[in-house]
Amino acid sequence: MKYVFILLLFLLSGITGHTTKLHVGSDKKYKQIKQAIAVAKNGDSIIVFKGLYKEGNILINKSVTLIGINLPVIDGDKRFEVLSVKANNVTISGFRIQHSGYATLDDPGGIKVYESMNVKIINNDVYDNFFGIYIQFSKKCVIKNNRIISFGKEEQTIGNGIHCWKSDSLQIIGNSISGCRDGIYFEFVNNSTVWNNKAFNNIRYGLHFMNSNNDAYYANNFSKNGAGVAVMFSKKITMRNNHFADNWGDAAYGILFKEISDCILTGNTFDKNTAAVFMDGSNRTLVENNQFTNNGWGLKIQANCMDNIIQKNNFIKNTFDVSTNGTLLLNQFKNNYWDKYTGYDLNKDKIGDVPYRPLSLYAVIVESNPTSMLLYRSFIVSLLDQSEKKIPSLTPENFIDESPLMKALKL
Amino acid sequence: MNRILKYILLDILKNKFVIAYTIMLAVIGWSSFTLEDNSAKGILTLLNLILLTVPLVSILFAAIYIYNSAEFIELLISHPIKRKDIWLSLFGGLAGSMVLAFILGAGIPLLIYSDFSQSVLMLAIGIIITVIFVALAMLCTIIYKDKAKGIGLTIILWIYFALLFDGILLFLMFQFSDYPIEKPMVALTALSPIDLSRILMLLQLDSAALLGYTGAIFNEFFGNTKGMIISFMLLLGWIVLPLIISLKKFNRKDL
Repeated sequence: MKYVFILLLFLLSGITGHTTKLHVGSDKKYKQIKQAIAVAKNGDSIIVFKGLYKEGNILINKSVTLIGINLPVIDGDKRFEVLSVKANNVTISGFRIQHSGYATLDDPGGIKVYESMNVKIINNDVYDNFFGIYIQFSKKCVIKNNRIISFGKEEQTIGNGIHCWKSDSLQIIGNSISGCRDGIYFEFVNNSTVWNNKAFNNIRYGLHFMNSNNDAYYANNFSKNGAGVAVMFSKKITMRNNHFADNWGDAAYGILFKEISDCILTGNTFDKNTAAVFMDGSNRTLVENNQFTNNGWGLKIQANCMDNIIQKNNFIKNTFDVSTNGTLLLNQFKNNYWDKYTGYDLNKDKIGDVPYRPLSLYAVIVESNPTSMLLYRSFIVSLLDQSEKKIPSLTPENFIDESPLMKALKL
Repeated sequence: MNRILKYILLDILKNKFVIAYTIMLAVIGWSSFTLEDNSAKGILTLLNLILLTVPLVSILFAAIYIYNSAEFIELLISHPIKRKDIWLSLFGGLAGSMVLAFILGAGIPLLIYSDFSQSVLMLAIGIIITVIFVALAMLCTIIYKDKAKGIGLTIILWIYFALLFDGILLFLMFQFSDYPIEKPMVALTALSPIDLSRILMLLQLDSAALLGYTGAIFNEFFGNTKGMIISFMLLLGWIVLPLIISLKKFNRKDL
């Protein structure tokens, strides 16, 4: 029994001895993070105290946990990639990572993760880097509660906030991203979740999907970006409960869909965007329970879209609720609330008895001749619009909501 | 001059038609804000009112009033009063009373229910349009001594500004859609006070849609303070020009 106890003690000391804590700071054993990494073993923790660390490129090639106390600053001196992670199970938290180099060939980032698993990047300030956080060929990484700020002026000279390339099962949660090219960029990234992030004032898109499938984003806030979200060449993307606001300007969209299929867009709110949703070559997308308010265009649905279902949405105070560029319509509109609907409901089932044609003649005219926007709300235009509503001749015959709602849905 | 102005102003304000006009504006103004669930729709109803009804009533009423007071004007001319004073008092009395009717009728609900900057702009536009069409009416009445012809001309002018001009613009836009016509179009809109007012208001209401595409050019011009000032100067020009022409004609006219 005594021997067993000693053996246990021995084992325990072995485990604790295995996870040593290495302290880094101006008055600590290690003056540099690099020195600590050099002597660390897999599973060790490196505690970094407040200070400025200019060590060029720091390579993390062991499974260590880096913890910053009182926000130590790691500076890339505008020449180096700041942190490069090339090991599994690395955690980086509590740092301010700033001033990475700028190079278009190898895309240096504030934190760049190469072919690793289970990397966690939590609670960092990522400030003024070329790319903020860059993940490539990695799996099961978590990027959580980081604040990424850059000062990009034009698309060519700044990278993305969180850039993910050929990765799988990522979780991107609670970050705030501004001033980058794209807030979050996904290319060949599957099975990943983007939740509760804020992307604002980015030059191009808040969130950008390219060739990425089976992803989801929930409860994010996209405002004042070139376009809120762009989903391109992707399948099975779920988009729920996001908020898109103030994506203004020439060719600005809340969401831009390009060549996508089988996506779900539900429970989102779109407020004050030039065009809330722009659909180009999108198939089998369900657009449900969304709130479109104060947009220039609620839904721009191009003639090359097929089998989309648009139901139970509120369209309120938009200049144009929907618009299209052709005469073909292979999509279904039903049970939406349109604030411009003027029909009646005799049997009181809360569904209007007269079908509603959401596409106004003038939306078609403006689509083919944008200058004519100048005459919008003039008497002659209202006259044209009204006569078209009664006897449709120029607008597609089947562009119709057969069962419009009388009252707005409570969303 | 002041005494004549005061007399004309009081005479018009007592006029049943002006009282009815005020009540009509008030009924439409209040109901458009209280019946609609959002104030944006109310403002659109009022915008249509300002762009259609207000000019029609202003130009017709002013013209009819001047024709009806032809004998009164002759009487005044026989007194030692400058012709300029008579004509300007007439203009002041007509414009003042119509503007007062507009403010009392439409202005109050507008200020109460709508967004402050929007309602102030709308009120300014409504006032200017009223005055412009009174000035145009004075020009019409001085051109034709015959009442029927003069009133006919005012109606034609109204149809032209409210309907035909936009039709012509739309036609031109489609004829020249292959060319960069945005800037000439901005210049052309200066030719109609109603269009100019509508675009000023449009930038407040539908700026989202205008910002897209070529709207950027309009916004660049009308949206900044310089453009605003220029458009208001143009609108003032629409008051001053007809008034001066009519005044010159009145000075030389053999009554």
